[in-house]
Amino acid sequence: MSETTILNKKDMVTAKSSVSVLFAGDSGDGMQLTGTQFANTVAVYGSDLNTFPNFPSEIRPPAGTISGVSGFQLQFGTAGVYTPGAKFDVMIAMNAAALKANLKNLHHGGIIIADTDGFDARNLTLSGYGEANNPLEDGTLKDYTVFSIPVISLTRKALADTGLSTKFIDRCKNMFVLGVLYWLYSLPIETTIETLQTKFRNKQDIADANIKAVQAGYNFGDETEMFSQHGRFSVAPADKKPGVYRRVTGNEASAIGLAAAAKKAGLELFLGSYPITPASEILQTLAGMKKFGVKTFQAEDEIAGVLTSIGAAYAGALAATNTSGPGLALKSEGLGLAVILEIPLVIINVMRGGPSTGLPTKPEQSDLLMAMYGRHGDAPMPVIAAKSPVDCFYAAYEAAKIAVEYMTPVLCLTDGYLALSSEPMLVPSPDALASITPVFSPARKADDPAYLPYKRDERGVRQWAIPGTPGLEHRIGGLEKHHETGNVSHDPENHALMTKMRAEKVARVAEIVPDLTIDNGPEKGDLLVLGWGSTYGAIKKAVEQALDGGCSVAHAHLRYINPFPKNLREIMGNYKKVLIPENNCGQLLSLIRDKFLCEPVGFSKVQGLPFNEMEIEAKITDILKEL
Amino acid sequence: MTDTLAQLTAKDFTSHQEPKWCPGCGDFAVLQQLKNAMADLGLKTEEVVVVSGIGCSSRLPYYIATYGVHGIHGRAMAMASGIKTARPELSVWVGTGDGDALSIGGNHYIHTVRRNLDLNVILFNNEIYGLTKGQYSPTSKVGLRTVTSPNGVVDHPINTVALTLGAGGTFVARVMDRDGKFMRDIFKRAAEHKGTSVVEIYQNCPIFNDGAFDAFSSKERKADTTIYLEQGKPLVFGLDNRKGIRLDGFTPVMVNLDDASVSQDDLWVHDEKDFIKANILSRFFDDPDTMQNALPRPFGIFYVEDRITYEDALTAQIDSAQERGEGTFEELLTGSSTWTIS
Repeated sequence: MSETTILNKKDMVTAKSSVSVLFAGDSGDGMQLTGTQFANTVAVYGSDLNTFPNFPSEIRPPAGTISGVSGFQLQFGTAGVYTPGAKFDVMIAMNAAALKANLKNLHHGGIIIADTDGFDARNLTLSGYGEANNPLEDGTLKDYTVFSIPVISLTRKALADTGLSTKFIDRCKNMFVLGVLYWLYSLPIETTIETLQTKFRNKQDIADANIKAVQAGYNFGDETEMFSQHGRFSVAPADKKPGVYRRVTGNEASAIGLAAAAKKAGLELFLGSYPITPASEILQTLAGMKKFGVKTFQAEDEIAGVLTSIGAAYAGALAATNTSGPGLALKSEGLGLAVILEIPLVIINVMRGGPSTGLPTKPEQSDLLMAMYGRHGDAPMPVIAAKSPVDCFYAAYEAAKIAVEYMTPVLCLTDGYLALSSEPMLVPSPDALASITPVFSPARKADDPAYLPYKRDERGVRQWAIPGTPGLEHRIGGLEKHHETGNVSHDPENHALMTKMRAEKVARVAEIVPDLTIDNGPEKGDLLVLGWGSTYGAIKKAVEQALDGGCSVAHAHLRYINPFPKNLREIMGNYKKVLIPENNCGQLLSLIRDKFLCEPVGFSKVQGLPFNEMEIEAKITDILKEL
Repeated sequence: MTDTLAQLTAKDFTSHQEPKWCPGCGDFAVLQQLKNAMADLGLKTEEVVVVSGIGCSSRLPYYIATYGVHGIHGRAMAMASGIKTARPELSVWVGTGDGDALSIGGNHYIHTVRRNLDLNVILFNNEIYGLTKGQYSPTSKVGLRTVTSPNGVVDHPINTVALTLGAGGTFVARVMDRDGKFMRDIFKRAAEHKGTSVVEIYQNCPIFNDGAFDAFSSKERKADTTIYLEQGKPLVFGLDNRKGIRLDGFTPVMVNLDDASVSQDDLWVHDEKDFIKANILSRFFDDPDTMQNALPRPFGIFYVEDRITYEDALTAQIDSAQERGEGTFEELLTGSSTWTIS
């Protein structure tokens, strides 16, 4: 059927497997809220989903300018949604600056929904386009599909009879746009209506106005001739596992993971923490979980964050601290103490661009070597990494399990990308979560033999001897201690023995580390893409596409970096080459080379941005060409 | 090891480790009085945790037969805060020094004091770094010659009591290492106070700063250079307590009771609940070695305030959040907003 035979395609619906949308506007425009509403709608609709906010590090930068642009990106689809999307298919531009800042990331031929009221002379000037150069009118956007809608004017018209002030009515413009988008993607508006009713249950006029704006936007889509050349789109729900779902960001998931681990272990959770971007939401989330008995302690600095946690761990709590790079540096002396005390402690490090203050709001994976080695003395500890927002839950949970069951601090790495991204999480049942079994030393009587706090079991693990237990009174500290009594010892042989035993204990965690599996692709072949952390989504998508293109390529993703899975060497040996993409200058690459004396190919991206699948796919193609 | 019910003695609080302080060190006396106080308080060895940082005095936990953690430099207050927050029922003591608490750990010190956790802080002030062999400390007097100040210290010293009051301390006291019984009583008062109790001890280091406090402890001089604070009693000092302090507005004035124009009734009566007067007292910080008519240095309890402790306030919030029962594991995992895919 050729296009000319149907003049009005308005009733035609084109199916899409996935769509990436960017909501962009001024940081005061409520883009995060609007994007979140859309995300909730597609989640309830049953789509696969991944979201990522992109906002300026300033709280209220100058309105109308490029630096004031706030964005919320999301991808939803039937399958294969592992990232918020490398580029977007649709961009909502609430003003000229939003368009200018983001146009480069819009797919060629993509859709722009522009609020023409945000392209007046003032906005054009502030955006840098210049008063006389309206991109909506001067042909700049000829390669895109542009829907110019006077959103403010239409919202004012729709809400004229509410009696609300213009200032307030103008704030409902996002809901109008949301309505248009629901119409365009054949999505229900009910989820948003229910949310608004709940959110403003004590302010009925505000709820009504917002709901009216959503409906007006939806009806506008229905009635306008604007879309007649293009029709609507639909994205079928994903084939998701049945069950109850919630949407979580990586930081929320980390917090819930810690709290869940405490419940499972029958311990009280204590988080000692100091606010730092992009890790603060972990502290914030847990501070709001007093109902579950969680104790949070906002310390005076990063050092006190880790030291209060060490104190709480010594006293018998499941203790954790969270931070980002600069804070991890400050905590490193404390972590040495946790190593030598041999007490359980979880450190969640949400990585950001460094060194120093670096790029506080941008993700990077450049703390891996600090996590591995950034301590004085020989002070090994397990290091694990989360690969997706939901996986932050499981990574934090596993970190707690290892910490408690091996009496060791455990470093859990996430990053700013995972921390703020969200996706649907299938709510697990408590029974389905792995057991966490602390081993406390029991009370002793006066005539029992002397207590030996550093006596170890067959795995090299000592018991947890907590204050309040009669008969276990003992004194320990940062000084080297006798391998059984825990008393201060400067004996050379004893120090050598203790150094070895601490290292062996951590190495023995490998016994419970599951074998590395191939996530996708052949068990043997030309190229293995070996990733860790938040590169998971981009690598998965890239490898999927390369496999579709007939390449001999596979993807494996490391959760455990210290110790590595036992079969890592064997897996790498099944491929002619190994490619390691990382958002750093080759830190896992160094670890792998060091441990296995092999020559994988590194692929670095250090722009404060995550990889996108196109970059990785191109690298895969390049390497395979040379083979 | 504790028998139930039986009241323990100082001996029960003595660990098997031999103190490794230098002969003549003031720390021995403090250790003994601490153990005496713990026994007097009827504490059980298993319910006590002694936490310390780094320095000579921070070896304290090893010598007391309770639970003990010897942490890292400056961080004893933070560690103790974690212990107390996690387990409010424990009796938590901090042993720290002038370097540990006021220099490297200064930040933790002020914040712990303002939070008012129920901790007993024993601050050994010898005005020197002993363990690292004789460098000056933040409480060293101006002009003190040490290995790192061969021409004399130029830093102005910290006034611990004034700092502690400034940080919002709710129990602030000062004692001399030689005043055994007095120290023991103040340790007991400190332990009974619910909140962060700071007891600064002037402690002589015979090796690197011998005689630092002689002006306040020598038999010949102490009567004129010190004043012992007693609740509800006038501020008197000097030979046969014939000198006193009168307040002229906010200005303390030394008076002689032998002077016919001065009566006992004119004197400042110590009230440990009076914050303003405690602050004035804290500024009795003259150096009698370099100053004529120096105000006497006060010893005893400067200030006591009843204020809710950090851990009680936190517990109250948790209790309130759990008014309708503690959240279940399922609720924790499910959260408040979900949808179902069937």
